Amino acid sequence: MYKYSEQDHQLLLERVSQFRGQVDRRLKGELSEEEFKHQRLRNGLYLQLHAYMLRVAIPYGLLSSEQMRTLAHIARKYDKGYGHFSTRQNIQYNWPKLEDVPDILDDLAKVEMHAIQTSGNCIRNTTSDPLAGVARDEIEDPRPYCELIRQWSTFHPEFNFLPRKFKIAVSGATHDRAAVAVHDIGLRLVKSETSEETGFEVYVGGGLGRTPMLGKIIRKYLPKQDMLTYLEAILRVYNMLGRRDNIYKARIKILVHETGEERFRELVETEWEKIKAGGLFLRDEDFNWVKGFFNDPVYESLPDSDADFENLMLSNAEFARWVDKNIELHKQSGYRIVYLSLKTAHQPPGDVTADQMDAIADLADKYSLGHIRTTHRQNLVLSDVPLKDLPALWEELKALDLATPNYNHVTDIISCPGLDYCALATARSIPISQAITARFDDYDFINDLGDVSINISGCINACGHHHVANIGILGVNKKGTEVYQLTLGGSAREDAAIGKIIGPAFEADEIVDAVGKVLAVYLESREEPEETFLMTYRRLGQAPFKERLYG
Amino acid sequence: MDNYIKDRKVDSDEWMPFTGLEDGDSLPTGDIYVPLEEWLNARETLLTRNGRLGVALRNTDDPEIIKDDLERLDLVVLEFPKMADGRAFTQARLLRERYGYKGEIRATGDVLYDQLFYMQRCGVNGFELRDDQNASHSLKAFDEMTVTYQPASDEELPLWRRPK
Repeated sequence: MYKYSEQDHQLLLERVSQFRGQVDRRLKGELSEEEFKHQRLRNGLYLQLHAYMLRVAIPYGLLSSEQMRTLAHIARKYDKGYGHFSTRQNIQYNWPKLEDVPDILDDLAKVEMHAIQTSGNCIRNTTSDPLAGVARDEIEDPRPYCELIRQWSTFHPEFNFLPRKFKIAVSGATHDRAAVAVHDIGLRLVKSETSEETGFEVYVGGGLGRTPMLGKIIRKYLPKQDMLTYLEAILRVYNMLGRRDNIYKARIKILVHETGEERFRELVETEWEKIKAGGLFLRDEDFNWVKGFFNDPVYESLPDSDADFENLMLSNAEFARWVDKNIELHKQSGYRIVYLSLKTAHQPPGDVTADQMDAIADLADKYSLGHIRTTHRQNLVLSDVPLKDLPALWEELKALDLATPNYNHVTDIISCPGLDYCALATARSIPISQAITARFDDYDFINDLGDVSINISGCINACGHHHVANIGILGVNKKGTEVYQLTLGGSAREDAAIGKIIGPAFEADEIVDAVGKVLAVYLESREEPEETFLMTYRRLGQAPFKERLYG
Repeated sequence: MDNYIKDRKVDSDEWMPFTGLEDGDSLPTGDIYVPLEEWLNARETLLTRNGRLGVALRNTDDPEIIKDDLERLDLVVLEFPKMADGRAFTQARLLRERYGYKGEIRATGDVLYDQLFYMQRCGVNGFELRDDQNASHSLKAFDEMTVTYQPASDEELPLWRRPK
């Protein structure tokens, strides 16, 4: 994990003190709410329906157990005893008081955390693969690149007042677990075709919201040495030419779309030619320095089998289900990656209580070298668990209600906070996700359905990523009633696709049935159990689903 | 007192904006700055004056247009029509870093306490603060942050490449 230098610490302290001053000026009335808004947003502080919401950055989803304990402490001391992990690997607190926020930031700074640029029209927290550094399908560890992007983008003086927010994701593996195609910039590490070098495939202009679009590949191969100069060139073109007349047309996806992919590429490349030899060019020593923070932990040399583990697999069906659904192979023999499901019938998706956070931190210390990751599907990961410890870990997770065997299955639902919290929402989303979970919460059914995703957004801004779910649900308000549109066929992975609306919206009490019908059509139509929902949908198209829903 | 900061000191503003040039005889004396269009239309006439000369860019103008004129200009005025509109940050960096401009780059419009740090890093050294801002109080905004990660007009190298 990246360790802060003295200067990194200094920067955080200065930032907290600066923000304390801004809050003070606001409370004294020296700063108008409108002007304070720009400042507080750059520090992750939103004004929501009932209270302020503070979004804390978790750079590329990496947490230490110590940091997790601080997150628990904040939930307990300044909030109502819980936090919400977001689709961008961050955590949100829904009830902080404005005057407490500087103290919260002080507490965060002690463990090298902050809320810098977690909102506002600037470069947001860079996200990545939650399995970075441990995945078997990894081409190269993306975290050192993420850290360089974090430093480059933090308080970038030129790009702090962009036309709109700006999100960057980096993936280093064959499978895309970072949803690079739906970010303003997505970087996918690839091997050069002509040498042993690695570089990036560069996607620009992806995003969801009102106008969902997949990113365009504007460069098939960018040498890694040029990563930051190229990002700077893209951002510069965007800062000068991105639309500022209409907030809904201000994202870079609209600029790419309106300028045309070809012309946009030309603009970027022309700018890049002029700066590519500048100070942001990355030398070998720069990579060596940053990679030094992400060396492999000292793994024990363990056998890749364990008698107790295998016995329990045979004797305990519940354990076997959990292993089948929530465990992934680790690049290191004898170790496994464990998903902690934050999707139960008892808590809103992504919510974790302070007690759970403390317990997770203890489990991370006990079983996973103190490492925790957050995922864009709003779950957590213990990344380095010895195979032989899985039975004991499972018992402890079960007691914490964190062992639901549903990772990447139908009840592993992404949901935005919706009308229960959010000032922008037009419909509730948490109750819908809970109703769906309650309806389909049967292991055999979940298992039979296999790999399928349901995402729910409570308004057109699409924070719940409904466009890229196999089954997406969008809540809208129609003449005072909350109704739900169904979108089918989306994907946020390497086969990224924007789903299509299937037909007229459903009332709140009809939407769960509608999802049930869609799933039934799939189960009846698949050619073999290995054919996933998405494969069946792509083979058959909308027709049979439409017929069942509206026929 | 003008609400004006130059090179991190509260200063008085010597410059007058000027527009509407009709012929050489009506040229004002003193230090004036003119809109870009006027400069492009009447460059030679304007250069016959003795006083110093500046050009005001709109934030949609590409500073490249005046790159060959920069040696003759003592002031380039940039606009921040509202706080959220950050185009002039890029213009300032291009003027300083790409075109090597050494004269005053002045921020006008919504020039507020909390942006001064960023403006300064991009090469702005003249600040025409908005009326409600307090110039002497604002001086401390330049030093609220001392750690900078990325190169800009004030630093050629990123933090990780600077001598420790």
